[in-house]
Amino acid sequence: MKTAQQIARDVRSGESSAQSELDASLAAIRGRNEELNVFLYVDEAGARAAAAAIDEKVAKGDAVGPLAGVPIAIKDNMCQVGIPTTCSSKILEGWRPPYNATVIDRLVAAGAVPVGKTNLDEFAMGSSTENSAFGPTRNPLDPSRVPGGSSGGSAAAVAADMTPIALGSDTGGSIRQPAALCGLVGVKPSYGLVSRYGLIAFASSLDQIGPFSKTVMDSAILLETIAGHDPMDSTSLPEPAPSLSAHVEDGVVGKRIALVRELIEGADADVVASVNRAVEALKDAGASIIEISIPELHLGLSAYYLIAPAEASSNLARYDGVRFGLRVDAEDVEAMNTATRTAGFGAEVKRRIMLGTYALSAGYFDAYYGQALKVRTQMINAFQRAYAQADLLIGATAPSVAFPFGSKTSNPMAMYLSDVFTIPTNLAGEAAISVPFGTGEAGLPTGVQLLGPGRSEAQLFAAARVLELAEVGS
Amino acid sequence: MTEALRREDVAHVAKLARLSLSEEELELYTEQLGQILEHANDMSTLDLEGVVPTAHPFGLINVVRDDIVRLSLSRDVVLAMAPDAEDGRFAVPRIMGEAP
Amino acid sequence: MTLPGSWEMVVGLEVHTELKTATKMFCGCANHFGAEPNTNVCPVCLGLPGSLPVLNERAVELAMAIGMALHSRIAPSTFHRKNYFYPDMPKDFQISQYDLPINSGGYLDLPDGSRVTIERAHLEEDTGKSTHLGGSGRIHGAERSLVDYNRSGVPLVEIVSGPDIRSSAQARAYAAELRGILIATGASDGRMEEGSMRIDANVSVRKSGDPFGTRCEIKNLNSLRSLHRAIDYEALRQIEVIEEGGVIRQETRHWDENLGVTSTMRTKEEAEDYRYFREPDLVDLAPEQGWQDRIRLSLPAMPAERRTKLAERLNAPTPAQLDAVGVVIDLDLEVFVNAAIDAGVDPVLAIARTANELAGGIEGIKNLTPDAFTATLLMEQSGQLSATQAKTVLGELLAHGGEPAGIVAAKGFEQLSSDSLGSTVESLIAENPDEWARYCEGDEKLAQFFIGQVMKLTKGQANGKAVIAELQTRR
Repeated sequence: MKTAQQIARDVRSGESSAQSELDASLAAIRGRNEELNVFLYVDEAGARAAAAAIDEKVAKGDAVGPLAGVPIAIKDNMCQVGIPTTCSSKILEGWRPPYNATVIDRLVAAGAVPVGKTNLDEFAMGSSTENSAFGPTRNPLDPSRVPGGSSGGSAAAVAADMTPIALGSDTGGSIRQPAALCGLVGVKPSYGLVSRYGLIAFASSLDQIGPFSKTVMDSAILLETIAGHDPMDSTSLPEPAPSLSAHVEDGVVGKRIALVRELIEGADADVVASVNRAVEALKDAGASIIEISIPELHLGLSAYYLIAPAEASSNLARYDGVRFGLRVDAEDVEAMNTATRTAGFGAEVKRRIMLGTYALSAGYFDAYYGQALKVRTQMINAFQRAYAQADLLIGATAPSVAFPFGSKTSNPMAMYLSDVFTIPTNLAGEAAISVPFGTGEAGLPTGVQLLGPGRSEAQLFAAARVLELAEVGS
Repeated sequence: MTEALRREDVAHVAKLARLSLSEEELELYTEQLGQILEHANDMSTLDLEGVVPTAHPFGLINVVRDDIVRLSLSRDVVLAMAPDAEDGRFAVPRIMGEAP
Repeated sequence: MTLPGSWEMVVGLEVHTELKTATKMFCGCANHFGAEPNTNVCPVCLGLPGSLPVLNERAVELAMAIGMALHSRIAPSTFHRKNYFYPDMPKDFQISQYDLPINSGGYLDLPDGSRVTIERAHLEEDTGKSTHLGGSGRIHGAERSLVDYNRSGVPLVEIVSGPDIRSSAQARAYAAELRGILIATGASDGRMEEGSMRIDANVSVRKSGDPFGTRCEIKNLNSLRSLHRAIDYEALRQIEVIEEGGVIRQETRHWDENLGVTSTMRTKEEAEDYRYFREPDLVDLAPEQGWQDRIRLSLPAMPAERRTKLAERLNAPTPAQLDAVGVVIDLDLEVFVNAAIDAGVDPVLAIARTANELAGGIEGIKNLTPDAFTATLLMEQSGQLSATQAKTVLGELLAHGGEPAGIVAAKGFEQLSSDSLGSTVESLIAENPDEWARYCEGDEKLAQFFIGQVMKLTKGQANGKAVIAELQTRR
């Protein structure tokens, strides 16, 4: 399959057309969607119209954007006018948003062709896409295993060559972990770099939209397309989108990169081996390597599993059967709210709503939520100290390769531990990228994670490109 | 140190969150949430006196917009989403109490 | 009303005022009362999934203006979520300021010289509005309810007073004074009947000198009259409970305007657990000095200052005259008074005619110019018009506009000639010899008797001063 960069180039030059690229994408979706359960909805008509419009522009010699004619998959927690948007929840089944997420507007303006909405763990709560009300997504590399989550559908779309790029959202690792498990590049941008307007909130202070792709360059192009200030999001960074693709080939000569002990601790041996090989590759490319310890990272999981559910418990209150989505009728409004929510939410969502409600409730606030916010401060300070010593950090993305279905569903804590290396970045609001590097058990890909301070995306892409070159050699 | 989670705590929280739980679910959630909270107890032993809590990852301030009217949604579009509507409004079953 | 024995009431008020912005607090929908239901709504104020709030700059400025007028401290502040389920609240949480409000502290001086402290004045968003079907149109007994979200997200400032109010009259005076300030700052139109200003009252009673008693909160008082009545009722109710050996439970109570009683809405035990936490979709608010200074400079004079200034134009004003000054300021009518006084009209007359005749016909005030008002009063002062005629002319001006001279001519308000006035007076003297004799002996009160008779005979067309002159030449 061609990269997004190649498709856009060929569409612009007339060597290919948006419509033929879309045909290839739709054919791939038809080929494997039933088996893998990647797309919850394919907007064939809308995509065909968008592709035809791009081709018409090219024919007339009009300017087309950097993603002209590139099919893209959208995680089904981003609003698109008139397109069913479910968050993989029964509570939103049938809802068609009357507005576009900012990222959708920006993609369309850049010439991209959104082909449909991909499966996720309900409301992005999960690490395997097994929590979807519409069935799990299978890992295209080994359909007996999970693709990771929560953006498992978007990761699978790219891994199965259905689209060259996809958008996911990352609250505690929901882009990077499935990227690692599916052998892809996945980026969690700095908090505020990408507008959250139209992203259905899980945990507002942690959520970020980011790219999936097979190549580092494609993620850079996609991210610089969707990034930049948005007046509709108060937490959006004030500056315009940074130039990223221009820095992909910058290399790492003279860069200080720190291997963080806590970011490989407890990982499978083959995952650790991949990280160590990546460190060697970066050293060979001219980086100076140190090893450090950030003990505060141990507290990330605890803080995250109070902060994220607390925010979620409030963000998900609006699914009450009054204005949109599911309603289960009852005698009075309170009973109707309860019946609707009880029928509409799955077990994991209920678990987190209750956990968050408890953490915020009178008498427990200080001990749980209040304490977690202070730990968050400690985490930020600890990262700051680390970045005084190093430009970037390196570790594993996930503790293991893709795991079999059902292996972690009975024990929530075991599932939560698959995000242990990715969560700290979200708590600190910083940036990280997962790069496919090496293989582990059953020949499945392992992911290496590079972490940087806020607004360090250009450096992260440059370092990721060094690993890509070392691995693929092109 | 925080005390262990009780069944009645979970029942109370479920009511606050407008969820109804079966006896089995109540049992299961009490156990599972208890485990998660127990894990979170690694934080409660820390002395974080004087540490400023972080609610936002970045210190942006004074983000405001101009007081200029933008187009609202069409009422037909808005009410088409409603599970039930009447007379230009969203319809709900009877409301039992006044707003707090 | 005075309370029995040595009982004293302790009242604190929470006044919610809708801000007069063009758009809502967190979205660009019009903030407009009276629109067709659900026509001023968008993803943000409907709480649709994925929508995000962005703070209205003008709402912040009006909140600061209110704080400045109340001598509050403007401080860095934050927004919280107050979580509870209710169908008129689209997100099932309300965005409100909590522990760090934009305005802290302050005070409001009332016309009677008393001072009520202000604890805080913070920003929050309004809810939608429910209509209840079936039953009697009230919430209880209704079959179902219909919700309109036009009001959802309208900016509010909640002004919380200290527990400094000691009578229903003082509560009313506080609310009225505050209303004047809200109108003067341009923050609110003060229309209580449209719900743009709503009051909750915290009421407790104690024996003078004792510590504060347990308080009850009476919700949603929508007029100054309801405020007054509800507080009196509640204080007496609490006294009765205590005197019969009972105890007051802390609770929220509902005021029934028709029955004139308060009743339990929610006890403290039933109170919601609001789970306040920082609103992660909004950032901190910390207006810099330059921004604050711009607002401060644009603040007009407040009612108290305007009252003092106007009262200074009166020489040793009586309490009744000061009340009239209050009415002039409340109704924003100084422009008429000042124009008249500057043109030589007696300040007492100018204020009286404004506080009575103009206030009475306030709905037509746009028909009246200060020049026409001044001209009318000058005619009255010179004796060209009687008081009754001047009032009629003002009434006509308020109702239809026009020029005073034209109205005087059209109404035939030419003063009686002194000849015909003289003959009227003489015939009255002849018909009332006893009264005339007493007047001649120095009983000046009888002048009023003769003036009254002349007015009756001339249907108010005579000038009182001219009648006295006629009487005196014959004494």
